[in-house]
Amino acid sequence: MHVTLTHFLVVSSLLFCFGIYGIVTRKNAVMVLMGIELILNASNINFIAFARFGNFGLQGQVFALFVIVLAAAEAAIALAIVLNVYKTFVNINVDEIDSLRD
Amino acid sequence: MDIYDIIFYLFAAVTVLSAFFVVTTRNIVHAAFYLLFTFFGVTAIYVLLGADFVAIVQLIVYVGGILILMIFGVMITNKITEVDIKTGTVHTLPASIGLGLFTGIVGAVILGTKWQVVDAEMPQSTLSSIGNMLVNEYVLIFELLGVLLLVALIGAASMARR
Repeated sequence: MHVTLTHFLVVSSLLFCFGIYGIVTRKNAVMVLMGIELILNASNINFIAFARFGNFGLQGQVFALFVIVLAAAEAAIALAIVLNVYKTFVNINVDEIDSLRD
Repeated sequence: MDIYDIIFYLFAAVTVLSAFFVVTTRNIVHAAFYLLFTFFGVTAIYVLLGADFVAIVQLIVYVGGILILMIFGVMITNKITEVDIKTGTVHTLPASIGLGLFTGIVGAVILGTKWQVVDAEMPQSTLSSIGNMLVNEYVLIFELLGVLLLVALIGAASMARR
């Protein structure tokens, strides 16, 4: 079966759903970050697949580059936040950090 | 079924399977290494789509930067001396049901849509075109992203040192 746009979209949608699953089910904040990276990769696959199979030139690839830069900034900020949370609560389980609830 | 299709199926299988193990394995370090394989698979998919520069950037930034940051985060926030690098899970059953439904809907939409595909020829090298676009059409976004990255890294460093 020849590879078309649909194959790439299916792969990226599977990556997206696994990323959502990781975000929803994991307790550890670093694992939640890994889920976010999976979602960003899925969106990048979509951008590049539509840039390849649509008649858009290279704009999709340029936007994929922008997404990668934003992912780098997001990972740095999020890990700094995780370190501060670890200093305050001594663990980084997102279900136990609920002191804003009451 | 030529060599392109075989390579695509191989790397798509690597990507999806390792992504599955990223979100299901209980060991955080194992998850980080499965994430490495996911990034390699996504890089191969970029290459198959003719995006050579984005593939290299993905390899350098994700594998060389973000994954290392994550492993540092795991190392700093877990007590290495006690073996406590496991992570628990919450709401596994509702998440499985909901995400299964969501995956089914999205897959049905993707498979049921008649995509208007323009069969463009594979570009030879995208590097010079992307460079031209970055400094002509997208120069404002490019500069803003540079400033954003600088601010984010300074902020992260000052937050982490406090």
